[in-house]
Amino acid sequence: MQKLGEFKLPHFFNYPPYFTLQPVRDTREKQIQLWKELILDYCKTQKVFVIGLEEEFPLFTNTVIERSLTFEAREAFLLALVSEGRAEWMDKGHRKCLILWHRIQEWADILLQFAKDNGLEDGVVTIEEIRFGTESQGTELQGIDRTILNRALKLLEQKGKLVVFKGTSTDDEGIKFSV
Amino acid sequence: MTGNSLPPVKLTDSGRPVLLPNEIECFFLSGVDLLCEDEPNTWFPHLKSGLLILTTHRLLWIPEAAVATSTSASSVPLSSISHIFPHKKSLKSVFASPRVRFQVSPSPERGVATAGSRSVVVTVVVRGKGDCDAFVAKFWENWRARAWEESEKATSSSSNVAAVAGSSSSGIYSSDGTVRMVGVSGILRKEQEMWESTDKSLQDAFQDLNALMSKAKEMVMLAEKMRQKLLSGSNSQTNTTNDEEMGSKEEMQELLLSVGIISPVTKESAGALYHQQLSRQLADFVKVPLDRAGGIINLIDIYCLFNRARGTELISPDDLLQACSLWEKFDVPIVLRKFDSGVMVIQNKSHSDEEVFTKIKVLVMKPDALRSGISPSDAAMTLGVAPAMAKEHLLSAESKGILCRDVSPDGFRFYINLFSEIDRDDMHFFPCAIFAE
Repeated sequence: MQKLGEFKLPHFFNYPPYFTLQPVRDTREKQIQLWKELILDYCKTQKVFVIGLEEEFPLFTNTVIERSLTFEAREAFLLALVSEGRAEWMDKGHRKCLILWHRIQEWADILLQFAKDNGLEDGVVTIEEIRFGTESQGTELQGIDRTILNRALKLLEQKGKLVVFKGTSTDDEGIKFSV
Repeated sequence: MTGNSLPPVKLTDSGRPVLLPNEIECFFLSGVDLLCEDEPNTWFPHLKSGLLILTTHRLLWIPEAAVATSTSASSVPLSSISHIFPHKKSLKSVFASPRVRFQVSPSPERGVATAGSRSVVVTVVVRGKGDCDAFVAKFWENWRARAWEESEKATSSSSNVAAVAGSSSSGIYSSDGTVRMVGVSGILRKEQEMWESTDKSLQDAFQDLNALMSKAKEMVMLAEKMRQKLLSGSNSQTNTTNDEEMGSKEEMQELLLSVGIISPVTKESAGALYHQQLSRQLADFVKVPLDRAGGIINLIDIYCLFNRARGTELISPDDLLQACSLWEKFDVPIVLRKFDSGVMVIQNKSHSDEEVFTKIKVLVMKPDALRSGISPSDAAMTLGVAPAMAKEHLLSAESKGILCRDVSPDGFRFYINLFSEIDRDDMHFFPCAIFAE
């Protein structure tokens, strides 16, 4: 099985037509679906949060069969993810895409679970600790993207589950849970 | 009921008359009755409402029914006409359909009537729209020109020549003892004379366009002579230039195919019937190139081939389109078809898309094709059609979901469509396994 880093690629990754945006509607729909699943899978396991349309992305090229996705194709697949709510454009020019293999709501739930697991229901913890602290080692929160984390925090703040307060620098921002 | 003792006219599958050698069509009139008003009449039939075609040799009458059966199409050889009555204009003729009268003398050796029949006066009643005066003028012209006598002379003289040629022996001495080859200067002189006469003939031809039409026959003969010369010339050379020989022979064949039509249907001679007759003529012409191209041919190619064959009196693309769309009304075995990509082709009615798709499927499931797909040229070889046509077939197969495409710097290729079969978790699907490393 071919691999991309540690990621096991599916066998149809070597099927050349997979890399050409299909014009026929039914075929294209199936192709888009396969790519969506593949992108989400890859990003989840490799902890990739952002895909830049104009940058090299290893998943979009297959050196063995010498094929890579055109700009049009990448845009089409990312657009499909966005309409499904599994990705968001970070800029107006649609150049950077935030991949949400977990939706924001799901991240929020994970945060709450994290708080419960670590006895932080009424406690205080910094952003830095959530992202890189010892408790978050091995969990999905490890290395979480700032933007996504902020969105999740905002969501929970609105629900009154926690309060965010600023410190002297951005990494010093703290959270007080009130679960 | 009076019998029909007129010589019949053979028709092609599309309802066009089969012409005699060197016979050229000159005028068309529709809605014409041919009858004989004399009493008693034992042999001239009453032919109602047909298409009348005036040619250099005959008057052809073809029934206008949608299905033309060759038994009822008849002809009156111009040679059997003894007199044409002048067209009298009277008050009565202003309101009635124009009529033309001529006298036909039966002559069994020409196939007209049986011996012992009387000569009769035949009336042509023109009920359809048509320029009767122009018709009468051309009728006189053709009857006076006596084109059938020239061809009789030609056939009898050519049979004489054949007899003489048969008796001569090969070698430099002919049967009567004279030396045939009279040296290089003799040959050169002969060549020179021939070119001078050709030159003069060309000059005469171009002075008068009408005369050009009759010279057209000579032009065709020249082309034939050139071809013979080329064939015999190349045979005497050594065999080192075999490829070139075949190339020029092919070329000559192409040229001849395109000069094959002596009698182009023109707007003048057919008037409002132009598109109908053009349509039928086109249907006849298309058969040969269509078979050579494997049953499907690009409309643009036919446009080029057909106009090359006509030589002068070229048809416009519009005329071609109109002529093709008229095929639906006639019972011809070919149709005009437009692909999704906009490409228009002519194909046999018997052509089946399903058959083509089956062939494509077989081709694309071969081990090589599973791995690297097929290109339009691969398909062209399998289907026996031009690459452009093969590409159209591949594109329709793609739109049916049978194939999918692969666009890369290597080119445009098609693979069997596996997308619908792919399931992320299914490792066992055979063709996919080919792509596993």
